[in-house]
Amino acid sequence: MTARINTMSNKLAPIRVVLAKVGLDGHDRGIKVVARALRDAGMEVIYAGLWQTPEAVVRTVAEEDAGWLGLSILSGAHMTLVPKVMALLRDAKLDHVGLLVGGIIPETDIPRLQEMGVARVFGPGTALPEIVDFLRQRHEAARA
Amino acid sequence: MATATDRTGMDRWEKENAKAPLRETPPTTVSSVPIEALYTPESLNGFDYETDLGYPGQYPYTRGVHASMYRSRLWTMRQFAGFGTPADTNERFKFLLEKGQTGLSTAFDLPTLMGLDSDDPRAYGEVGRLGVAVSTLDDLHRLYAGIDLSQVSVSMTINATAIIIMAFFLANAEDEGVDWTKLRGTIQNDTLKEFHAQNEFVFPPEPSVRLVVDVIEFCTKHVPQWNTVSISGYHIREAGSTAAQELAFTLADGMHYVEQGIARGLDVDDFAPRLSFFFNAHNDVFEELAKYRAARAIWADVMRNKYGARNENSWKLRFHAQTAGCSLQDKQPQVNLIRVAYQAMAAVLGGCQSLHTNSMDETLALPSEHAATLALRTQQVLAYETGVTNTVDPVGGSYFVEALTKQMEQEARVYFDRIDQLGGMISALERGFFRREIADAAFVYQREMDAKHKLIVGVNAFQETDEKPIETLVIDDHVEKEQIASLRQIRTKRDPRAVEKSLAEIRRVAGTSDNLMPALIAAARAHCSVGEMMNTLADVFGRYDGAAKW
Repeated sequence: MTARINTMSNKLAPIRVVLAKVGLDGHDRGIKVVARALRDAGMEVIYAGLWQTPEAVVRTVAEEDAGWLGLSILSGAHMTLVPKVMALLRDAKLDHVGLLVGGIIPETDIPRLQEMGVARVFGPGTALPEIVDFLRQRHEAARA
Repeated sequence: MATATDRTGMDRWEKENAKAPLRETPPTTVSSVPIEALYTPESLNGFDYETDLGYPGQYPYTRGVHASMYRSRLWTMRQFAGFGTPADTNERFKFLLEKGQTGLSTAFDLPTLMGLDSDDPRAYGEVGRLGVAVSTLDDLHRLYAGIDLSQVSVSMTINATAIIIMAFFLANAEDEGVDWTKLRGTIQNDTLKEFHAQNEFVFPPEPSVRLVVDVIEFCTKHVPQWNTVSISGYHIREAGSTAAQELAFTLADGMHYVEQGIARGLDVDDFAPRLSFFFNAHNDVFEELAKYRAARAIWADVMRNKYGARNENSWKLRFHAQTAGCSLQDKQPQVNLIRVAYQAMAAVLGGCQSLHTNSMDETLALPSEHAATLALRTQQVLAYETGVTNTVDPVGGSYFVEALTKQMEQEARVYFDRIDQLGGMISALERGFFRREIADAAFVYQREMDAKHKLIVGVNAFQETDEKPIETLVIDDHVEKEQIASLRQIRTKRDPRAVEKSLAEIRRVAGTSDNLMPALIAAARAHCSVGEMMNTLADVFGRYDGAAKW
């Protein structure tokens, strides 16, 4: 990491991200790699772990006062789980929390998830800097 | 002519090689192991064919477990399938058999793998999605209806709930009039790798292993042709391990099961011949085939010399291979066909006994019929057109292959020592050793891809800007509703007293050191569900939540 980025992130409030596996799917390779990359980029990462229910995830976001929530789903259950998490975030008045989805998401479902309010879907093969840059840009845009 | 003592040729080669600049992508394996420019007799350091390598079908089986390998019998082409209701999967099985597939392989859905019934609230949205939903004996009966279980070998990929599904399978065979001694097949039943990698565990490690050994013990006595455990490196590799970690952790798991079987009072030669293995077939052809060869050599050695097995069948490591799901890409998905073909060739050059080739669309959805057919055709081309089956172990004796095989073996043995130093399998597991090693390797791999030290076609090189989506399989919502309805019907029809009695018996046996299988078979017959049996066992064993560690 360059010095320039370090000074920048010092001035800003750190980006806080809750990452979680929702549902029963145990594929956690991707989310753990992402967690480490975000942490190495100076963000505060809370990995909630496996088998999280939508209710538990939203509770963690509230407790941790996170600005972002990243869900990893490789089980095909995203069209059931994501709307549920979205609704619970709204009920908890956490509309400002940005939702990211990662995993195996068919092309045709991506626009549907975005319509629901998902900020971005990261599929397999996403480079880590792409995720880091996305969060930084959004963070700075929100501050400006 | 150059001889071993005359190094003129070698010296000249070294000079010329040193002058030539390397390409930008470093010559390392998929696992980031550096590879030498050239392998010669010197790389093998006093290698003796008779003592260091030997013959196929002979100890230590580096060249294969059978004397004539594919010249006599091809590997079993066993495509993993399962989705929707038991009737949906039954239909796909019959389709695959009709296309020339020679064995069945069953994928269960996540609720079933985790011990939840289809109507459990936590199963919502996941019923029948990644595999078939099986909650009761009735479901299992519909799954294999019309398939002659005395003729077709059946593999079932299930772990935490393996003993329950096996109880269903045995009860169903009895109902169908198939003698248990005629049943051929495999149950994965490898819970240790769930803790390392796949994350579908329910109970703590020790009772989990007890259930594995209950299946080993019961089948050894009553289902003699059944492969009782498929000791799996596949998922360890998928979770991001290196090839050497996959090799080492899988064999270490195998050794733990053997030790527990012996501790149970079983004779090692009674159960070891029915242990089988399951490895990944990743992109790096030589690293993969060296891994399989090293696996055979190590297993033969430990079975013979560490555990004192005398039956040659106990020494032989037989394995199933599956091409690497994690190597498949969602960009330019047709390119996955090519990856799969090379991976499959590595598995066959490495002497696999059965093989699953992934479908090109698996990063997008479950395989469509078209994609599943192409995957099977890939194996058929390999078997009948490429000529790789014509001679036994065609790669044997290659300086590179033999050197890499030895190197792999040494790397695995270093890991065995580390596991011992951590207090053995369970202690190393509870300290998070395996998970940490695997996560570290996954991170290194991703970094190398991001830095383009490793190029992946279509992903960080040779991208297409305008890609047309391919057609994928859609699982419709009728599945969940149908499954729940049929389960509710069973719950109302069955005799509640028989249910209660059988669950009480499970609870009682779980608290002793007796084998649980008879009680589970009786419960299956009383129409107890997977969830009810798992909850009963959890009352005694507790649940394990080591998952958030990273």
